[in-house]
Amino acid sequence: MIKFNESSPIYLQIVEKIKADIVAGKLKGGHKLPSVRDVAESFRVNPNTVQRVFMELEREGVAYPQRGIGTFISEEAGLVEKLRDTQAQKYTGRYVAQMQELGMGKDEILENVRKVLEGNENDDTQD
Amino acid sequence: MMILKTDKVGKKYLNKWALSNVDISLEQGKIIGLLGPNGSGKTTFLKLVIGMIRPSSGSVTVCGMEIGYKAKEMISFLPDSEFLYNWMTIREAGDTYAAFFKDFDMARFNELLQFMALTPDMKFKGLSKGMKEKLAIALTLSRNARLIVLDEPLNGVDPVAREQILGAIVKSFSHESTILVTSHLINEVENILDEAYFLKEGKIVLHGSTDDLRSERNKSLDELYREVFAC
Repeated sequence: MIKFNESSPIYLQIVEKIKADIVAGKLKGGHKLPSVRDVAESFRVNPNTVQRVFMELEREGVAYPQRGIGTFISEEAGLVEKLRDTQAQKYTGRYVAQMQELGMGKDEILENVRKVLEGNENDDTQD
Repeated sequence: MMILKTDKVGKKYLNKWALSNVDISLEQGKIIGLLGPNGSGKTTFLKLVIGMIRPSSGSVTVCGMEIGYKAKEMISFLPDSEFLYNWMTIREAGDTYAAFFKDFDMARFNELLQFMALTPDMKFKGLSKGMKEKLAIALTLSRNARLIVLDEPLNGVDPVAREQILGAIVKSFSHESTILVTSHLINEVENILDEAYFLKEGKIVLHGSTDDLRSERNKSLDELYREVFAC
């Protein structure tokens, strides 16, 4: 179950979630995606929304349909690397935009990233 | 194919218009929300659709037919009050529905019961409010009707039961039919809606596909709702 954020279309948020699963290795090339109905039930969203998710994934070349069988994750070489790159850029872009809204400059942003990362490492060692 | 179409429909009680000039067109294969606060005219609208009251002006058609015996057969309506006998078990409630409605799908009914954690042996009398609501939902969704009308399906049920009810609605969705849901719990229903109509003081004040409404205005339906109905 994912918590949807307020204002962007839900289908795009599910697309992002599936891309994240591909990057993280939870979904692999050649894997069959669950049916529209199953995805709709598990996210508690409208089946038409899920239909749009699949169309978007196909349009971007992330998945391909096989008539009468289902939709599969593309086995195209370099897909994971490409998604890794675009998704990382997208997430970082959002963060940077928010920091700039606070009036932070380049050095401050980098400094903050470093602080959080180091903080996380310390937490890990304490556990 | 238009499942439900209303043309400038209105309803007058004495000299007050409870609904006026309502134009709604529901296509096949969609889940549509009719959203508005208490007293905005949602239930009056539903009563017109199921033929419980007659419009003072305008017209209502279901699958191209005026509301009457034929059109009513195509509508499955979730009543908002208790309509089953205390001595009945859940199984008997299902049998009663099967006897009344030719389009009742017993296999789907049993599947929905299981999905919502109800067992056929339970007596109606012993059910909690949430369980009664879930049973009523299962009965309503198990008919192969063209138009399924759910009046406030989430009222008075806890968050877990709400999830189960939303899941049941998604599970029963079919491209052959259309589901019309009324609610004032916008946050809960917005993810399952294709389109939303906002009803304020008997008039439609906003209508659109949920994705468009969200991205055009950069707001969730819930936020839009608060904006439209504040003041």
